[in-house]
This record gives sequence, structure tokens and C-alpha cells, in this order.
Amino acid sequence: MSKVLTLQQAIADLVPDGSSVALGLQMEQMIPFAAGHEIIRQKKRDLRLIGPISDILFDQLIGAGCVKDVVAAWVGNVMMGSAYNFRRATEQENPGTPGEKLRVFNMTNFCISLALQAGAMGVPFLPTRTAMGSDVPRGNHFFYQIISPFEPKETLMAVRAIQPDVTIVHVQRADKFGNAHCWGNFGVMIEGVRAAKKVIVCAEEVVPEEMIASDPNRTVIPGFLVSAVVYCPYGAHPSPVQGYYKRDDDFFQQYHAETKTPEAFSAWAQHWIHGVKDCSEYAKLLGEERLENLGVKKHAYAAVTDFGY
Amino acid sequence: MTYTLNELMVAAAAREIKDGEVVFVGMRLPLIAFVVAKKTHAPHAIGLFENGVIRSTPSPELIYTMADPPNILGATQCLDMTGVMSLLQSGRVHLGFLGAAEVDRFGNLNSTQVKGKNGIVRLPGSGGACDIASMAHRFVSLLDHGKHRLPERVSYITSPGNGEGGGWRKRVGLPRGGPAAVITTKCVLRFGEDGEAFLSTYHPGVTIEDILANTGWKLKVADNAKPTPEPTADELKAIREYDTKGFWTS
Repeated sequence: MSKVLTLQQAIADLVPDGSSVALGLQMEQMIPFAAGHEIIRQKKRDLRLIGPISDILFDQLIGAGCVKDVVAAWVGNVMMGSAYNFRRATEQENPGTPGEKLRVFNMTNFCISLALQAGAMGVPFLPTRTAMGSDVPRGNHFFYQIISPFEPKETLMAVRAIQPDVTIVHVQRADKFGNAHCWGNFGVMIEGVRAAKKVIVCAEEVVPEEMIASDPNRTVIPGFLVSAVVYCPYGAHPSPVQGYYKRDDDFFQQYHAETKTPEAFSAWAQHWIHGVKDCSEYAKLLGEERLENLGVKKHAYAAVTDFGY
Repeated sequence: MTYTLNELMVAAAAREIKDGEVVFVGMRLPLIAFVVAKKTHAPHAIGLFENGVIRSTPSPELIYTMADPPNILGATQCLDMTGVMSLLQSGRVHLGFLGAAEVDRFGNLNSTQVKGKNGIVRLPGSGGACDIASMAHRFVSLLDHGKHRLPERVSYITSPGNGEGGGWRKRVGLPRGGPAAVITTKCVLRFGEDGEAFLSTYHPGVTIEDILANTGWKLKVADNAKPTPEPTADELKAIREYDTKGFWTS
């Protein structure tokens, strides 16, 4: 049965208030901004955000009051440094928990990947050698120092498993069952998909299942793990999608300049989030010239792969 | 030849990369340092990026983040973070680069939170920095030189350096590594057997007195402290051909 839903349906059905949501798992690439914006439009509340970095998407969800707490290694604007909603929420007041500051569980990138991998493997934790002597694990219930059962004098850090209620990813193409091709860098997407209770796949293109099956090594998501497939062209903008559009660096700089106060962020969100109802209106708002400029100028196709026998 | 301070720092960072080494590249200026090293003295260096990318050639054009499409095109491998971080954990990475808001006397780094005039200032956090500092064979950090940026002790250890001094890393269970250099806007610090930073080179035009007055502890000075070598013509060419508009290096 087809799992194709509109973005509105997918978010309404699969992201109830109070959910833990893993987003931005491919690092700076293919961040599901459209899905994040729909979460904001639907005024979801008390979410736990999970991810290694997220670039500016976490900052937007925090500023919009959707967030109860954050489990992440880094929250900001990658090319510009800090992000203002995150700073205000942690230093003063979190719009999602009025009267309180935003609670942040500090992680490291590797610890996010281990936590999701443990979740994916169905084990309570994975051991690592990172973060020993760091303050990141201090007072943080995602960490516990252990001694190796095999080398009695060897101390290790156990990282607690994370199983997100829902993981949202953006990919180049998927079939209607959710089998998805992705290329570029994966970050912790595969672990995040395997660990999640539900998965939403946003795709630049929804293609016939024969096309996905023709190249199984590129199928990073098997459809049986997927709850919804959303056709969502430009849904990762301003982050890049290899082979479709490049990173909109100006947009990240403009976001930095235009969100310095809560009022400025509200105006920004009114324009880019509340002022449109879906991906196609968002693309229209970006305008043909901007999309043309971001589009692929010189194609670089991979060699043909022969799966014959 | 004239050059900017950022160009000097990029050239100094590039020289930390030895030919053939496996390098965890990091963000911002080190992105350029890797390219400069590849195009000058270290053509066989391999770059690892925590998003899962491995490159044996520089990206064909300037990148602002490690996941920009030019960093994917022509890469040696594009897979996952667990894979490249596992290479780091198992000791296959010689050198890693990090930025930080604060670096202290023993090379510990803080990029999580600092004390400001009106209370705590929240910074973006570790990202992969703690992992690189914990598990690379050596790491190099870059920062703006100022008394508040170089405190005696950081208020929060995001990424472990030499902790409280020599032998600390082994005691807390870190597998290897430690800080090799701190490249600031005024000088290059290195570390002794005791785990403590000392002034190794001062940038042209900067006095040792200025550096000591702007460091948060009584900084040791190497007997043979000398000026930081200026960028060469080849290094400047590599920087300017890559960062054509000077986004990172102007």
C-alpha cells in the first residue's frame, strides 16, 4: 500500500505533542527544513529534538516554542557561529517552556551516532573511548563510566541508547513504499532511521519501485521501516541536496542578520514559514531566479553499475 | 609580500599537517589549511570529515561547510559518521583540528558555555570537537588571542587537552593524543612534557610582552622562541585561489 502522504498529513499523524524527534541527521546536508516548518505551522509542543548539529533548523523550532529539550552535540548556524533563538532560550527563557530555560543534554557527534546505533541495535548502550575527562558527560544521564568486563583496568564511557519516536529525513528519491535512495554524506541518518519507532521520508522525487530496486546499494532506507513518504521538492532548502541544488549560503547569512531579536525572528518566520502553506508555495516564494541560481550547473553522473549475473 | 592574519594562521595550520597523514579536518580555517597543505607540502594527506566524507584531493571549490556539494564531488568515500569516528577511535587519525572559545594552560578547550558580563553565554557546543581531542594522535586548535579566551582554567572542559598536567590523559582513560599546538591571532603555543603550554612562536609584529599581557596565566616562553614563519608565495597562492572572495581568510 502506498505510504505517500502530504507533509501536513504526515506531521499531523506522526508527530504528536511530546514526541522525541530526530532531525538533521545528515549533518549540513539534506536537512528536512520543510518538515520542521510544518511542525512549526501546526504548533507542535513539548518536543525533544535529537541530532548531531541540525544547522539552523533546531534554532527555528526552539524560537517557535515547539521544544521542551534538546539532545544534541551542537546547535547554531554552521557558517555564521551562534544562533540567537538557541542562545535566548538557554540564557534567558525558552519559548516552549515559559518561565524556564531550555534544557540541553550536551552530547558529542560520535556519542549521538553511538546512542542512535545502540537504539538501532536494540542494546541499552554502547561503549566508547571518547569524552573521558570531558565535562560533557558530567551530570548527563546519557553517559555512565564503566569498566571493561574483559580488561578489568580499562575504563570506558557507556553511551545510553536513543530510540526517537520519529526520525525525519530528506533524500533525493524514494518509491511510494518508502524504499529510498540517498547519496552524498549520510552522517547518522542510517542509525537514526533504524533506531526510530516511526520514520518520515521527504523526497525530492517519488519514483517507480523498479528504479530504486535497480541499485540496492544506494537504498539506504528499506521501506518497511517507513511510515510516510512525502513528495517535497526543495524541502531541504537552504541546505544542499547533491545533484538537485547547492547550499544557499546567502540564506544562512540572512537568517543570522534577520533573527537577532524575538520580534525579528517572528517577522522572519511569518515570511518564510507561516506565510506559505507547503513546499510548493515555499519554492514560489524563493522565486525562479534564486532556484535557477541554486540548481545544478554541471552534472556529474556516476559510472553505470552492472548488477547482472 | 603582504598577507592577512587569517592567511598567516591558515599557513601555520597547514604546516602542522605532515605528508601522508590522515587528518580530521574540522570547520572554518582548517578547511582551508587542509587544501593548502595538499597543494603545497603534503600532497598525500587524507582528509576525514565527520559527516562521513573521506577525501584524498582538495574539494574543487570553496566550501563553507563540510557537507557542501563540492566536498562530495570526487570524494574518496562518502558514507557515515560512525565509520569515520570509528577510524578516529581505533587510532587511525594522526591529526585533528578544532576551534574553541577558550583554551587554557593545559590545552583544555571550551566551546560549550562561558561566563559573560550578564551571566552564562551559551555557545553551540562540542560537535565533533570532544571526539577529535579525545582520540586523535594529536590535535591543533585555533582561536582569537585574548586574556578572556586564554584563562588559567576553562570553566567547562568540552574537549580534553592535558587536563591538570602531564599524565592526566592516561589517568582518566583517554587512549592517546593531546594538544600539539594552539594557533592564536598572536602566536603559536606548544606543550611540554608537563602538559603545560609555552610560547613557541610569535606572529610578525607581535611582541612577547603583548602576548604575556594578554594571556590569562603566567605563560612560559621557550628559550628559542622566534617569529612565526610568514606564509610563502605558494601558500598564499593556494589560499587565494581557493578562498577567492576572502570569506574565511580576509
